[in-house]
Amino acid sequence: MKNRKKINKKRVFLSIVCGVSAGIANGIFGGGGGMIIVPMLTFLLGYKEKNSHATAILIILPLSILSCLLYSSFAPLSLNLFLPVLIGVTIGGVAGAYLLAGLSSKWIVIIFSIVMLGAGVKLLVF
Amino acid sequence: MLYALTGFLAGILGGMGMGGGTLLIPLLTLLFNCGQHSAQAMNLVSFIPMAIIALIIHLKNKYVKFDNILLIILPGLVSCFFGSYIAKSVGGALLKRLFGGFLIILSIIQFVLGLKNVKSSKEEKE
Repeated sequence: MKNRKKINKKRVFLSIVCGVSAGIANGIFGGGGGMIIVPMLTFLLGYKEKNSHATAILIILPLSILSCLLYSSFAPLSLNLFLPVLIGVTIGGVAGAYLLAGLSSKWIVIIFSIVMLGAGVKLLVF
Repeated sequence: MLYALTGFLAGILGGMGMGGGTLLIPLLTLLFNCGQHSAQAMNLVSFIPMAIIALIIHLKNKYVKFDNILLIILPGLVSCFFGSYIAKSVGGALLKRLFGGFLIILSIIQFVLGLKNVKSSKEEKE
């Protein structure tokens, strides 16, 4: 009986940690919550990869909606920008999902991280 | 429109499941001189429609895990308040740099995970 209680407390704590991490990233940076929470779900809570990715979406969705509403008070979005980008992203997302099936994603992730690193450095330094 | 194309690019990366959506933010700020706050808000909004579609599919396939889900989401929602408050208080220029740093951290995480994947698939082949 005692063992079961201990394990539950740990999972409760880890779950909260996951949520807080995702929420903070989502709130401060408007993104990246998914990239933090997927490895956390996998390594801290022991989810399988597919479960991590799927559950991450379930988690990030309400967080994004809330952040959206909170941001609307101080981050103006012009319809000029908003609509085309939104449409582009949605179509791209569907295309990406189909592409995922065909490509060898492992090397893409490596290339992608280098691109991200570049962008990060540029923003940080310049 | 150039905006739609940018969205499309970010969407493809995001659709491949590697948090590419987050790249939308530097794309908007570096290419179109968009404000950091607005770019972040744009990313949050763009995520929503695709997430809903993806989530429906994942739910159908039963990939989503609901254990302790409220323990993750509720603290996450609270953290969004804190996060967005910080984003609001920090100026756009500083937030940009912080975001750059965040991207660097994310890129390292991605890179390490990517290497892990490459390694494990090589081992599978052997």
